[in-house]
Amino acid sequence: MNGAATQAFGGRRFDPSTPVFALLALLLAALIFLPMGWLAVFSLTDRAGHLTLDHFAQLLSDDDMVRPLAVTMIVATSVALLCTLVAAPMAWLIARTDMPLARPVRLLVMASFVTPPFLGAVAWEILAAPNSGLINQLYRLAFDLGRESRLVDIYTLLGLILAIANYTFPYVFILVANGLDRIPADMEDASSILGASRWRTAARITIPLVLPAILAGTLIAFLQAMNNFGSPAIIALPAGFHTMTTKIWSMFQYPPQPGLAAAAAVPLLVITIMLLRTQHAMLGRRGYAVVGGKGGQSRLVRLGWLRWPALGFCMLVVGGAVILPYAALVLTAFAKTLTITWSPAGFGLDNFRFVFFEFSSTPLALKNTFMLGFAAATVGTVVTLVIAYVVSRRAVPGHGLLGFLATAPIAIPGIVFGVGLFFAYTHPPLVIYGTLAIMFIAFLTTELPIGFQQFQAAFRGIHIELEEASRILGASRLRALKDVIAPLIVTAVVSTWCFIFIAAIRELSAAVLLYTANTKVLSVVIYDLNENGELGSIAVLGLLLLVVTFAIIALAYRLPRAQSIPTSA
Amino acid sequence: MRAIRLGAMALAITVIASTAFAAAPPPSPLTPELIAAARKEGTVNFYTAMDLPLAEALARTFEAKYPGVKVQVERNGSERLFQRLGQEYQAKLHICDVVNSSDAAHFVRWKLDGWLVPYETPEIATQFEPRHRDPDGYFAAWRNTLSAIYVNTKLVSEADTPKSFKDLLDPKWSGKLAKGHPSYSGVVMTATHQIMTALGWSYFEALAKQKPMQLQSALDPPRKVAVGERDVGVEGTEYLAFTLIEKGNPLKIVYPTEGTPMVTSPAGIMAQAKNPNAARLFYHHIHTLEAQQLLVEQGGLRSVHKQIKERQGRTPLSEIKLLPEDPVAVERDTEMVKRRYRQIFGT
Repeated sequence: MNGAATQAFGGRRFDPSTPVFALLALLLAALIFLPMGWLAVFSLTDRAGHLTLDHFAQLLSDDDMVRPLAVTMIVATSVALLCTLVAAPMAWLIARTDMPLARPVRLLVMASFVTPPFLGAVAWEILAAPNSGLINQLYRLAFDLGRESRLVDIYTLLGLILAIANYTFPYVFILVANGLDRIPADMEDASSILGASRWRTAARITIPLVLPAILAGTLIAFLQAMNNFGSPAIIALPAGFHTMTTKIWSMFQYPPQPGLAAAAAVPLLVITIMLLRTQHAMLGRRGYAVVGGKGGQSRLVRLGWLRWPALGFCMLVVGGAVILPYAALVLTAFAKTLTITWSPAGFGLDNFRFVFFEFSSTPLALKNTFMLGFAAATVGTVVTLVIAYVVSRRAVPGHGLLGFLATAPIAIPGIVFGVGLFFAYTHPPLVIYGTLAIMFIAFLTTELPIGFQQFQAAFRGIHIELEEASRILGASRLRALKDVIAPLIVTAVVSTWCFIFIAAIRELSAAVLLYTANTKVLSVVIYDLNENGELGSIAVLGLLLLVVTFAIIALAYRLPRAQSIPTSA
Repeated sequence: MRAIRLGAMALAITVIASTAFAAAPPPSPLTPELIAAARKEGTVNFYTAMDLPLAEALARTFEAKYPGVKVQVERNGSERLFQRLGQEYQAKLHICDVVNSSDAAHFVRWKLDGWLVPYETPEIATQFEPRHRDPDGYFAAWRNTLSAIYVNTKLVSEADTPKSFKDLLDPKWSGKLAKGHPSYSGVVMTATHQIMTALGWSYFEALAKQKPMQLQSALDPPRKVAVGERDVGVEGTEYLAFTLIEKGNPLKIVYPTEGTPMVTSPAGIMAQAKNPNAARLFYHHIHTLEAQQLLVEQGGLRSVHKQIKERQGRTPLSEIKLLPEDPVAVERDTEMVKRRYRQIFGT
């Protein structure tokens, strides 16, 4: 059937859409390979333009370089293991047991998922700075301890690991929860009928079936942690160490070392590609996931009295990731002084007044951020919709290439892409550094895979027979698309738009290398404010970012539910 | 000591002057034509390393005085600002109109590179001593601050209060110090260079053993000490400390017995400014006694304007022993200082 359809659509006569798609493929290829090509050139040449391996030699021999690489590996491995150990049981508790409050906990996990990691890191700075942190202050107050005592210290390797894990575990959670949703209940039923206890069924049937999802989640968590720039930029420097991403950023400070930065980006790129291939092999071609697609038919395990410790465990996790940090941001936003004084006189709207009426970067950054978010989301949705349609209907020769191009950016860490874009567009023939266009390209390209995966999943659910029927009845392809397909994918369109928008307005790691005074965005403003120690203003802008994000999600949720979640960097 | 004070900047300026620049242009008066032309441009982009709320406050007074000309403040640590400007100029982006950095060495570089335009206002010519301005008129001292020692008075008793840089090497301060980083802040870069010249790298090697908390901005050490995150701060700006003290924070300034680094933060107009008239108007404004007094009163800065009135309760500049400034040496040594510092402190 499919083969015949391919023949009917693509093979026989000249289709005017072919050159359009060819152009699209060319454009996508340029978007991705131009920056990556320049990255390769810079990593392999010296200042005079001669071919050299010096940058790589320095990367491997200079202790200044080797240490950040080692730190990065330690952080990424710890985050990946921690996230797996915490999020996999949590996903099981929520998807497969009668634990109370499962739905609110799930919503809080989603809140953690959309919280920008750099904002979470700032909030944890407020909570867990060794002396002035709110947790340590309360701890000393509660137990009447001297000022030497502290419960937590964010400015440590462990502090950084926890701060990243807080906003990375949702990736594991979502993958495992979806894996659990996809396990047919009859397998478990069969096990019960044959006399296995519920626990034995869980251990022998359920866990082995979700193991690929768990491993894939671990890999994604590793990649997220490795390529994270915001959290280490805020926590690692005061703690006195670098990760690879902050090291690459520091190479753009004076004196700039572009060649070394390009070379330093290569290990991140290689590790990401290798791990994604591994994940691909484990999950097969279905590198996407559907949230809460088909609940209800699976058996819930009764936990008995264990329900309460289970809930306690989940609350501890979401408390650390969402409840405490959000509370800290709200308190800081309203606090009048640097230290929070617990009296009515200690709180006011001073920070809001400064941010909205005195700070000259606010209007500019708001305008840029929302313009870019809107443009990237709209263009990204249209482009990925077209590509996904072409790929899923095999409408043109070479459609596989289009699919590959739309997925490729997933393998490029944000900061690496930022470095590449910087090289590509600060040199003739195309100098667009300093305009919103370069930021737009960065946001659009990095978000393509999300959109493509969403639409691919949507089209997979719509059988081609529907289209064929309408075409047999005399409708043109466009007419068939409009009358038959469009109503069926409108949800996917809305959710894709929202996803790209949310991802774009919080992007920091590429933006931090590409912005100029005129093209600042909110994330960069927050990052700069942190350097200036303006926690109150950060809290106000951060809350604004979160409010907009949640408003968009709430709007999307009012539509029929079929959201899916991107599964990778 | 008075002889050394600020003398070095004059020396530095003489060294550059001997190269190939014509004498300073005659001071340009503030004319109605200039104001009208500035209004037509409508905006001035001001790149500065000054504390953000203070910079915005200054911008608002300018906007109130010259309605129709908006000030867009771009704040960054001086070293990051220097890099950013370089990056933008390499890509032929000339966004910046007026620039202010706390690393006077940057102005040495920019002048040599032809990025600045010579311009003097009558105020600069008459109210600033020649040693506080470039003889060719490319830049002039705009604000000054010291890099002293900051002590949290709630956490540290009078008897324990350190009196000198060397006192900070006492093991009792291990893990209790906060300091700025010369790779990001011009104040810290300048201060590090002066301390290194006076006490040698061995002092920093010993200080690194105390595991100080590293902060990017020179504004952050007084802040971290005020909130009690650390007991004592070094390589941070005195002006923010004044502001914090006057707001009631438990903070005290100690001028170390070895001498306190003085940091001159000049301002200049970019030759390729997109808003040349607004830039000139703004440059006029920021050197007026009114603006200078605002920086002192509200911002806790030092000013070398002849008419300036120091605020009650602050130690007058004349009573403080200062370390010599040498922007030319800083310009020469920047990369070495940053590399050496990274090796010693590990970041």
